Amino acid sequence: MDYGKVLNPVIVKEKPSGIRRFFDIASTMEDCIVLGVGEPDFKTPWSIREAGITSLEKGRTFYTSNSGLMPLREEICRYLKRRFDLSYETDEVMVTVGGSEGIDACMRAVLCPGDEVIVPFPSYVSYGPMARLAGANVVPVNTKAENSFRITAEELKAAITEKTKLLVLPYPSNPTGAVMRKEHLEEIAAVLRGTDIFVMSDEIYAELTYGDVRHVSIASIDGMKERTILINGFSKSHAMTGWRLGYACAPKPVLQQMIKIHQFAIMSAPTTSQYAAIAALSQCDEQVEEMRTQYNLRRKFLTSELKRLGLPSYDAEGTFYVFADIRASGLSSEEFCEKLMYSRRVVVVPGTAFGDAGEGFVRISYSYSIDHIQQALVRIEAFMQDIKDGKIQ
Amino acid sequence: MEKLLHLIEKQPMLTPAQMAAMLDMTEEEVSSAIEKFKKDGIIKGYRALIDWEKVTQNHVKALIELRVTPKKGRGFEEIAQVIADMDEVSAVTLISGGYDLLVEITAKSFQEIAMLVAKRLSPLDDVYGTKTNFVLRSYKVNGVPFVDEDKDERGFNLI
Repeated sequence: MDYGKVLNPVIVKEKPSGIRRFFDIASTMEDCIVLGVGEPDFKTPWSIREAGITSLEKGRTFYTSNSGLMPLREEICRYLKRRFDLSYETDEVMVTVGGSEGIDACMRAVLCPGDEVIVPFPSYVSYGPMARLAGANVVPVNTKAENSFRITAEELKAAITEKTKLLVLPYPSNPTGAVMRKEHLEEIAAVLRGTDIFVMSDEIYAELTYGDVRHVSIASIDGMKERTILINGFSKSHAMTGWRLGYACAPKPVLQQMIKIHQFAIMSAPTTSQYAAIAALSQCDEQVEEMRTQYNLRRKFLTSELKRLGLPSYDAEGTFYVFADIRASGLSSEEFCEKLMYSRRVVVVPGTAFGDAGEGFVRISYSYSIDHIQQALVRIEAFMQDIKDGKIQ
Repeated sequence: MEKLLHLIEKQPMLTPAQMAAMLDMTEEEVSSAIEKFKKDGIIKGYRALIDWEKVTQNHVKALIELRVTPKKGRGFEEIAQVIADMDEVSAVTLISGGYDLLVEITAKSFQEIAMLVAKRLSPLDDVYGTKTNFVLRSYKVNGVPFVDEDKDERGFNLI
């Protein structure tokens, strides 16, 4: 069979992420210190795990309704109100398999062939492929370090055409750590009001912001809720990546279509995880706060140490990544990462893995203990000295 | 200041400059706070946590519960001090419950500990009961796991 001819060219053409090869090499190396992982190092808080266990003990092993357990959707509504002042009804909420499924369902519900999707880069790797699989074209907006990697109203305006259907708004941003404050969102909202452009606001890192001002959702800005599909989940906030649980909130006409996709493709999100998530939202605000405190200590430690080593990062206010500026090294992002891996056995991710706009930067995760980060920094310091001494070119 | 103490307790090897960056303080503020903590007896010292079980078999630990008659006017202070002064004793704590003092002893062998209890602790005038608990294995000491830590099994995905 000539698979190349028969398989869907849209997915065939998607490059397997270039970083895959790099990770494969790193995973076979002894003595590598990895700062590449994009998930919490904390275990899921015990009361959440216990709720999952209890649900299994009680034999709650059935499918739930397509859109998810009602008590969970109620908790989600209460949580969104409490934390982000968002008012959603339970029939505007769908429980998904991680945030990722919400992204897919949103794209497939909203996009028609030929539509354009505006995606700020550097950003999480899934938006483009998902949009293309839905038949749409991606219009990249390369955000700039001097704007703290925020998308600006001007950049957005310049990218909009008659075909624009959707703006992906991935803040707090993986990989840059950028956040959009209320004033920045207001500017974006001013461009979109009165248009037929949707916003898919991926707020999976919403709990992980470190400034004085907490995360603001674009759905809370005047006139935006009607055009916003909000994606969130438990992976980052509650250290629940492996439970595969997230949710999407959208105006009913949009959500109804997303629920159909979810019903046909997934049926319902994992039941055990849904019961666990009820505990996550009703009992764990304190643990979430404690994890944030720990991330913040690491963030400050890492950014100040990187600065000392000549790898400044603008003040990343969210997520658990630092996007470090390596331009002074004279190396490209990929060269920097490859040489650092081979010569000093430290793994960080080239900024270009998140789009061309990431050139000149590397993503360093601080989802690791201080001791682990410190060990890596000792090696990075030696690497930077090697560069200075001309041993690495 | 409690934040600084929590950080020092967990990460004593960080430099004052590093701690300052983490706590939004200046390096000088951290250094002088540490000096003051030491002067005021709040920071008592810095010790490495060594898992001696991995190094030698000649390292035995016991937790000895003592029932003690408190002295009029001085309570348990005097006897606690006498015991604390013994070189083999690594910790003395006044506890509630069935016993009064909990004494931690480290020595080279079980025999040595048994002799210490029999010859030095039990004969003390105020001690009227002892219970010797030998430590068989430590799983966590001062918040640090002493069993081999979980390997990082997180998948190597580009997220």
